[in-house]
Amino acid sequence: MSTPRSASQRVLSNRVFLWLCLCAINIAVVVLAVLLISIVWQGWGTLSWQFLGNFASRKPSEAGIAASLWGSVWVCTICGVVALPLGIGTAVFLEEFAKKSRFTRIVQTNIMNLAGVPSIVYGILGLTAFARMFGVLGTNADDALSWGDSESLWYVRLPFGSSVLAGGLTLMLVILPVVIISTQEALRSVPGSLRAGAMALGATRWQTVWGITLPAAIPGIMTGAILSMSRAIGESAPLLVLGGILLVFNTPQNLMSDFAILPLQIYNWAGRPQPAFHEIAASAIMVQLVVLLAFNGVAVLIRQKLQKPLQ
Amino acid sequence: MTLPPLPNTPIARTQFTAVASSPAATLIGTAPAEARTMLRVRGFSSWYGSFQALKSLDLEIPAQHVTAFIGPSGCGKSTFLRWINRMNDSIPSARAEGTLELNGKDVLSKTVDVVELRRNVGMVFQKPNPFPKSIYDNVAFGPRLHSHYRRAELDELVEQSLRQAAIWNEVKDRLHASALSLSGGQQQRLCIARAIAVGPDVLLMDEPCSALDPKSTLAIEELIATLADRYTIMIVTHNMQQAARVSDQTAFFFEGRLIEVGETEALFTKPKNKQTEDYVTGRFG
Repeated sequence: MSTPRSASQRVLSNRVFLWLCLCAINIAVVVLAVLLISIVWQGWGTLSWQFLGNFASRKPSEAGIAASLWGSVWVCTICGVVALPLGIGTAVFLEEFAKKSRFTRIVQTNIMNLAGVPSIVYGILGLTAFARMFGVLGTNADDALSWGDSESLWYVRLPFGSSVLAGGLTLMLVILPVVIISTQEALRSVPGSLRAGAMALGATRWQTVWGITLPAAIPGIMTGAILSMSRAIGESAPLLVLGGILLVFNTPQNLMSDFAILPLQIYNWAGRPQPAFHEIAASAIMVQLVVLLAFNGVAVLIRQKLQKPLQ
Repeated sequence: MTLPPLPNTPIARTQFTAVASSPAATLIGTAPAEARTMLRVRGFSSWYGSFQALKSLDLEIPAQHVTAFIGPSGCGKSTFLRWINRMNDSIPSARAEGTLELNGKDVLSKTVDVVELRRNVGMVFQKPNPFPKSIYDNVAFGPRLHSHYRRAELDELVEQSLRQAAIWNEVKDRLHASALSLSGGQQQRLCIARAIAVGPDVLLMDEPCSALDPKSTLAIEELIATLADRYTIMIVTHNMQQAARVSDQTAFFFEGRLIEVGETEALFTKPKNKQTEDYVTGRFG
């Protein structure tokens, strides 16, 4: 026999749950607001075009973030340009083409595991594989191979050394598993009936993927891309391993340039005793947030552009 | 209004199309036995892993007629339908034996070009599954897969397909609106238009009305009747009244076997088999 639940009891539990949800969202909003307000409060005064254009300095009033701002932009752009096609391609293969076999199960499990590996481990991998190339091609100081003039945009050398390319590729390793997994989730959420509909019209697997599945999965894929790019922008540990350079006095000129990045610059300034450095650290955080929003904005634009035929 | 025939698509269509339609096929409304055979099935069995879903079927489907497959859930009728355009290929454990010939060509052969087969055998699914694209792009999707069209040709093909599917008047002013904005019944007719647009000879319909309201169901049934002039239609249905209304020939499946097949009226009024009689009179299933 079931006992009837009284209406008042159900209304009460409904109300309690609503309040819990409201509390949760309020806590999140308040924490974010406090963080933003305190940063703007501290950093607004020192934020100027000069701050964006100057390089590192011992004097806080002359210090700027030109090197780390552009370093971050270069590294994250390389990271996104490499990680997104690679990750989306891998996910499409695993979800839409690969037969479910022992091999794909092993690959799948490994990708899941890689998503949980601490980023510093990727830093060590990036250092070994990209920056030093296992030592088989000479050292950073005495590179084995190089093409082009070291001042030109197309200059490439092997090994990559502590360059923006090595940094970008290292960050790519960090976010690749996340991109793959989120893309797989997005592809899985596309109803099988759409695939069947396309196949029944005589579409090949590739035509089905390109014409139906990918367009339908784009919102989910881009959401995953936005989240992983946000992670890449904020990531500092793997790049610390790679070189952790702070005293860079030029913006990157080509893929082989040395670079600083914003999170490390912020960490460095925030750790100093003088309050004036804390202020410029706050300014740098503001810039970092703007860069983050800019990258996300590009992703949102791409999403909207690709989604147009669906609306 | 009478419709001009669909333009022949540029791709050479040799594999599954009839070489020349026999005189019998043009006599619409004749008894199924007199029509040209579109699909010939001999000793056809199929399995999902170790489960045998279909047991040694023998069946002939006449061209340009409507054949209904009826039977209780799990009797194998949908499985059979999905073998005709090889949709079961996507199920790794599915396999089949026996003869399944469409226009004299073996459908099960490993050398069959599945893309070409499906061009010739359209399918309409149980739940309307329009693509999340515009109405126009839904219909144009199939033709675009197979060849390049000039804009005007494609416009005409889309219009003709939508007209044949009896939905043109409802959508002609909003061809570029999302297909998902249509009602369920309209979506299903759009899916039929989409299937027609690639120029098939055969249309497979897997319970096309089971997700629709009675009015939309009626619209689809009327549409099936008009399409039977041009296409060989096989329809799986749970609704015996529907089978009686739309089909020329009915096949009754039970537990993977084809129990009885015959002209619809005869099968419903004078079934030869006891199981068929029990089913069509509603004693089980």
